[in-house]
Amino acid sequence: MEKGVPFPERIKIMLPPDPVPAGSESFTDSQTPQHAEGAPVVEAQAPVALAREEVARVSPPSPPTPNSPGMRRIAVTGNPNCGKSTLFNALTGLRQKVGNYPGVTVEKKEGSFFGSHGEPIQLLDLPGCYSLHARSPDEAVARDVLLGRQADTPRPDAVLAVLDATNLERNLYLLSQLLDLGLPVFLGLNMVDLAEEKGLAIDPLLLSDRLGIPVIPMVASKGVGLIALKQALSQATLPLPKKRPPFPAVLETEAHQLAQALPNHGAQLAEALLLLGMPPRQLAEMETLSPEFLQALDDARQRIQAAGLDPVSAAVDARYEWIGEIVTASVHRVGEPGLSISDRLDAVLTHRIWGWMAFLGAMTLMFFSIFTIAKLPADWITAGQQILGDYLQSVMAEGDFRSLIVDGVLAGVAGVLVFLPQILILTFFLGLLEDSGYMARAAFLMDRLMSKVGLHGKSFIPMLSSFACAIPGIMATRTIEQRKDRLVTILVAPLMSCSARLPVYTLLIAVLLPEVALWIKALIMLSMYVLGIVAAFLMAWLFKKTLLRSETPVLLMEMPPYRKPSLSGILMRMQERAAVFLKRAGTVILALSVLLWALSTYPKPENSNATGSERIAHSVAGHLGKALEPVIAPLGFDWKIGIGLIGSFAAREVFVSTMGIVYSVENSGGEPPVAALSQTMRSEKRGDGTPVYTPLTGTSLMVFYVLAMQCLSTLAIVRRETNSLRWPAFQFLYMTGLAYGAALLVFQGGRLLGWH
Amino acid sequence: MNQTTPTTLAELHIGAQAKIAGFTLAVEIQQRLMELGLTKGATCTLVRVAPMGDPIEVQVRGYHLSLRKSEAQGILIAPLAPASL
Repeated sequence: MEKGVPFPERIKIMLPPDPVPAGSESFTDSQTPQHAEGAPVVEAQAPVALAREEVARVSPPSPPTPNSPGMRRIAVTGNPNCGKSTLFNALTGLRQKVGNYPGVTVEKKEGSFFGSHGEPIQLLDLPGCYSLHARSPDEAVARDVLLGRQADTPRPDAVLAVLDATNLERNLYLLSQLLDLGLPVFLGLNMVDLAEEKGLAIDPLLLSDRLGIPVIPMVASKGVGLIALKQALSQATLPLPKKRPPFPAVLETEAHQLAQALPNHGAQLAEALLLLGMPPRQLAEMETLSPEFLQALDDARQRIQAAGLDPVSAAVDARYEWIGEIVTASVHRVGEPGLSISDRLDAVLTHRIWGWMAFLGAMTLMFFSIFTIAKLPADWITAGQQILGDYLQSVMAEGDFRSLIVDGVLAGVAGVLVFLPQILILTFFLGLLEDSGYMARAAFLMDRLMSKVGLHGKSFIPMLSSFACAIPGIMATRTIEQRKDRLVTILVAPLMSCSARLPVYTLLIAVLLPEVALWIKALIMLSMYVLGIVAAFLMAWLFKKTLLRSETPVLLMEMPPYRKPSLSGILMRMQERAAVFLKRAGTVILALSVLLWALSTYPKPENSNATGSERIAHSVAGHLGKALEPVIAPLGFDWKIGIGLIGSFAAREVFVSTMGIVYSVENSGGEPPVAALSQTMRSEKRGDGTPVYTPLTGTSLMVFYVLAMQCLSTLAIVRRETNSLRWPAFQFLYMTGLAYGAALLVFQGGRLLGWH
Repeated sequence: MNQTTPTTLAELHIGAQAKIAGFTLAVEIQQRLMELGLTKGATCTLVRVAPMGDPIEVQVRGYHLSLRKSEAQGILIAPLAPASL
């Protein structure tokens, strides 16, 4: 290996501090200690820097580890925005699997790569966290996996900590906690190129020496340092950290003592330190601790207090003091920092006038793209459905089976697929906003407004996304840390008028006001959107005051520097989102579409020449519509509208085609032309000869559509994102109730005022 | 030492620097603020205020953090000692 090293980097690997386990003697053969001073720090593009008492080696010849029989498992951890996911993607490529941790909606990303000797190494991408003192479900999962307390996830064999070199000081805080875990820790010092641009010269060798762990400088987005990293992680024995932050003596003693009372799984010291520093209120929520242990913990805290220290902040202070010394020693400013590009951009993007303009511009662009670009593939899907449907009509024998395939299965598949373009495009834009760092600015601008209803600035983007489609909007709530705030956002997001309501509004406005000017139509349309927004904010406020009562979440949000987004990372996320949607929501939607088809097909009328409207009237759906009439009559709706409402349950835009069937305005299987349909609907009379579609009925119906939960796909995704049936059920009930109440108010109130 | 009345981070002017002197916040929030680098003695610069007057953005330990005025009011500050400038 020594000669003609195939790698661009010469590599040195740290020897384990512990006695080397039997079976790996071959690795200890070159015991010549080599002092770091002798080795050039900057060799090739990405050297592995090591602690001083190390031996230079070129990749060890033999494969897997003696201490773990199975595949080596490494947890990747780091602060948000440190480039952790970029590194994970760069290492694993497409060999990854996305799932969920059981019981929580925290994404579990696993992958694998081949080590230097061709052995597979498993990688677990932990959610980004700032500290092991968890403050969100994401951080709790990261902590529990590292401590070996996460039920379905075995404790990893080692930790790869990814640190943002441009923000070393704060990033080192989490690292200092990782050193207590009793696991080998590797430091992937990411974005060294950006640090250099920022005028920061980091000495990786010195850093490694001070921290007592291997440091691998890298630029994950460009693949720099990957080979060195892989080699470091492929060593036969992974070295344990040689250092820990020095704590005040009393804290250290108490932590060690407490650790002995904890179950022995290797992380007792880290756990003891976390428990000692845990704020009392959080400690009260820990149910697993025995009363004896809690007593011992309390005594320990009192002794710490007696020594003049605050148990909650003592460790934090000690860690930062240590970090400060390390940073002073290993990081040097070269040249004046000056005004960074980020600062200059922020001067505009968070400006009181330009900031709003840029924000509006970005949002307009996003929606414009969704409506225009997503429309194309959505039209192709509809066209493809029709071509395939026509083909099947022509080759299959007439009958129920053909109808099931064409009107049930095919329509269901198309109904699922038609959402994909929107989801993909929105995911793309959200990825751009997130990765570039703009998302934090949007939340910064909007936080004041959102905090008025008790929400976080971060709730704004999911709500905004829901104007296109509630599904990606609800998926975007994952960035919200507090569970209750996330739930509130999920519950109100579908009140924002999504693009599927657009055809319904268009049809109803055409029915109601065929002859008014375009701008009045636009105004009516706009008022429907405003109604949705007002309802969403009111309900959010109400939920925060009652059901999901909690204080307005504290905003502590990092404003990351602006960065160039990575296209491949965004494409990967799009692929993930699409897979999640198709797998989880798609199957449910398809099944229910078939059910809905059956409801509107059976039983069949005896007369085989019956028209579509006669057939649907005779079906279960027709009967349901009639059964529904007494309930919806106070809203001004008749049973035919009832059928439309039942059809809309699958998806709102189905209202238009259902109405087409009900009024026998059929157009060779496709969408009925709005003009013809609206004309037929306008001439529709009630029993007493008065028209069904008065402006009042129409308004009532539109208000109903603004507020009602009529989207199976959304319910399916809420079921997945909340991990329960309760929340989608509640959402369906409250929104339908709200819609009913509002429509009732409009219709009855309007009648009282003498309108019609 | 204590002649100057310590003001809070919420009262800092844009561009001004100060040292963190203490907290009057719930212990959970205090801990997280400290973990994010706002430890006692850390130097902090007010970078900007959001267009609607809240939240604010501060620079600490080489990065930018935004927080609301309600929290900033609970972060006590002391003027930087001339020597440390």
